[in-house]
Amino acid sequence: MALDDRKSDFTFVGTRPDRPDGLDKVTGRAKFGADAVAPGMLFGAIVRSPHAHARIVKIDTSKAEAMKGVKAVVTRADFATGLTGEFWNVQENVMAGDTALYDGHAVAAVAATSALDARDAAKLIEIEYEVLPHVTDVDKAMAEGAPVIREGAADGSVPEGMHPNVVRYHESGHGDVEKGFAEADLVIEDSFKTEATHQGYIEPHACLASLGADGKGELWCTTQGHWYAQKHCAALLGIETSQLRVTASEIGGGFGGKTTVFIEPVALALSRKANRPVKLVMSRSEVLRATGPTSSTSMDVKIGMKKDGTITAAQGVFRLQGGAFPGAPMEFTAMCAFAPYALENVHQVGYDVIANRPKQAAYRAPGSPMAAFAVESVIDLLCQELGLDPVEVRLKNASKKGTKASYGPRFDDIGLVECLEAARDHPHYSAPLEQGQGRGISCGFWFNHGGETSVSLALSEDGTVQVSVGTPDIGGSRASMALMASETLGIPYENIRVTIADTATLGYNDVSHGSRVTYASGLATIKAAQAAIAEMCKRAAAKWGIPEDAVKWEDGCAVPSGPNAGDFEPLAMADITADMGATGGPISGHFEATPEGAGVSFGVHIVDAQVDPETGKTSIPRYTVIQDAGKAVHPAYVEGQFQGGAAQGIGWALNEEYIYGEDGRLQNAVFLDYRIPVASDLPMIDTVIVEVPNPGHPYGVRGVGETGIVPPLAAIANAVSRAAGVRMHELPMSPPRILAALKADG
Amino acid sequence: MSKIHVTTTVNGDETEFLCDPRETLLDVLRDRLNLTGAKEGCGTGDCGACSVTIDGRLVCSCLVLGAEAEGKEIATVEGIADGDTLHPLQRKFIEHAALQCGICTPGILVAAKSLLEKNPDPTETEVRYWLAGNLCRCTGYDKIIRAVMDAATEMREAS
Repeated sequence: MALDDRKSDFTFVGTRPDRPDGLDKVTGRAKFGADAVAPGMLFGAIVRSPHAHARIVKIDTSKAEAMKGVKAVVTRADFATGLTGEFWNVQENVMAGDTALYDGHAVAAVAATSALDARDAAKLIEIEYEVLPHVTDVDKAMAEGAPVIREGAADGSVPEGMHPNVVRYHESGHGDVEKGFAEADLVIEDSFKTEATHQGYIEPHACLASLGADGKGELWCTTQGHWYAQKHCAALLGIETSQLRVTASEIGGGFGGKTTVFIEPVALALSRKANRPVKLVMSRSEVLRATGPTSSTSMDVKIGMKKDGTITAAQGVFRLQGGAFPGAPMEFTAMCAFAPYALENVHQVGYDVIANRPKQAAYRAPGSPMAAFAVESVIDLLCQELGLDPVEVRLKNASKKGTKASYGPRFDDIGLVECLEAARDHPHYSAPLEQGQGRGISCGFWFNHGGETSVSLALSEDGTVQVSVGTPDIGGSRASMALMASETLGIPYENIRVTIADTATLGYNDVSHGSRVTYASGLATIKAAQAAIAEMCKRAAAKWGIPEDAVKWEDGCAVPSGPNAGDFEPLAMADITADMGATGGPISGHFEATPEGAGVSFGVHIVDAQVDPETGKTSIPRYTVIQDAGKAVHPAYVEGQFQGGAAQGIGWALNEEYIYGEDGRLQNAVFLDYRIPVASDLPMIDTVIVEVPNPGHPYGVRGVGETGIVPPLAAIANAVSRAAGVRMHELPMSPPRILAALKADG
Repeated sequence: MSKIHVTTTVNGDETEFLCDPRETLLDVLRDRLNLTGAKEGCGTGDCGACSVTIDGRLVCSCLVLGAEAEGKEIATVEGIADGDTLHPLQRKFIEHAALQCGICTPGILVAAKSLLEKNPDPTETEVRYWLAGNLCRCTGYDKIIRAVMDAATEMREAS
């Protein structure tokens, strides 16, 4: 059986069937995080610090505990002790220890018989704080004299003499940048800043937890990764991992922000203390104040170019503030910054800086969009100064197969050149602009990820198939799994049911992140289906009395081949499964491994911006996304990923930002003030799916989820800068910033 | 605090419940009547995930008190389909892949249905402004707008 040959002709993959969970999601019956109930259920509420930085002097819970209906109050004393490393960081974030580190940091929690009572009881918990000096800006946090947030948080990578708030350092590159700059006809160096933004999923964090004094528990929660939740909750509660069964609810958006735990360990601690199930749901303000925004950044980029557009050298310094904990993805920012370009001389530096803000969490290609904003803005400046076409310059320097990437390895098959050619040839790129409009383009890069993956595929007697995967379906992945299974097995898409298994019924799975699900769970589904096919061929061989290797699998049937070709009627899958109990027992296929061939991803965006010089308001009349998908399994959902990434990028570029007051408190912690794009803000978003197959996947699939948010910040900044006639250096490009830039420009 | 007795109609069914005076209609629908199709995305009327209609008028149920449902006709996402027959909007949302995570979908369906009842032939701009109170973070709205326009066309042709 030539099962490992890469496929290029497809029957099911590449079609657009209805998603298997469509009916549940248009009728309101799909169960999301807050939709679960349990007998005897209590409701939880969390008390949060109103201060950006404060020592917790005393917590008095007596009044709350005395209130009617209150069944449990917990503080840090109710969690495990002695944790280290990331477990300790997560625990510190989930429930403050000695010190509240940001506005919104959890300090105590209560469970009561109704949600209203829990909220009232939370107000009765009295906390005495000693307010400490705080800092929320990345540059100020690194500066001499800035308050030290956590003494000793820095690791060994940080050079001598840095402020203690600099906790990690990264440096990479190759060649000799000084030599490269000397060869350039023009060198431009510029500085850029971006504010933190939130993933903005519409479903707040929610869970239903049940834990007994015997250390056995159940957790239902909205999460991108229930094995991650299992491992971290068990550690924070001091119980054995396998004794906690975690079920992922339907998930109402994550974008990276649901790759960690916040309320889940708290609900478990309350449940253990009350000996009853506890439901805990965040308000939107809690989501914005206390869950993962992105890092804010401060960046310097310097690029040298020849008159013909050849880049001779590039260097960047990227400072990322990631809240009060180490982990800002500055190495990703540094490594992604120049990845689209084949450079002989490149050097990049990253700083991970802590400040009094919530612990940053991943947000779609974490760290890469900011880098693209800085780098692609400088390239645009060089194009303007040298009178060069922005697409042609990028084509001239584009990374291709064999290029030594700015971050080290050599690229395999990649689709950047194809994306740029598609951009050059797209009618959008040559369409005339109206008065007051500017056009911007940008490349974007993301690594993509494989990750630990387990899939189990079981055949039913009637020849239908159940596929159990462990990666929560955030945006239609059940459909892509079913398509890949039907392609491999040669049976109709409708005969396959894909279920997101809980932690007790499948082996470990890494989180739904890193654009890994369609790639890794897809590969695992194909391999599991191939294992089932091998067993079915074996059963057919036994029935026919011929060698196993003389049976091949074709269009959903076992078929005799080689010298036996034509000797027997093909056996359809349902014929084999009908009597599998008597021919050797149930048939299943499994896959458990860590796929390593995720295949990097590139995209190119074209955007037109219209800037109103009177008000500073920007509108986006036209937007085109071009991205390499390797192979689009369900093209409608690939387009959806492209469009969603662009829309989030438009919000980040033009309007979204965390606004902290002088007191270090978040000033815009509701959707009215933290305004994400609404339908009337956006145009239709055109998409072009480029398909350069990924050699690391049997069907050539690359992840598509994250790259789409990398180019928009830069593409829009380039469009706005050209429309306004003044270079924008800071995001978001909100009306006041644009007016200020226009005024400064005279 | 003593509870209020409310008699109302939900998706055509006569319904009674007791609620705390502070409970919202959304709380009542979700926690007392087990109609969890309406979602709470913000609790401040900014996201539209809790959209329902009261006597035919589109509202955010998080901004209405449960007690205000007395004597009213409430319609939620659970009442959009006719038995096992999906509403054209529901079918078109599936066909056009107009949902990714699906959390905003119930509210958007309720809002879009309300639009098409008032204006069976909306322009793209009218759809965009009508749905401007319903946040979707996944799709960029493109496929949602197309699904609503397509459903409107089908409904006009069928009528």
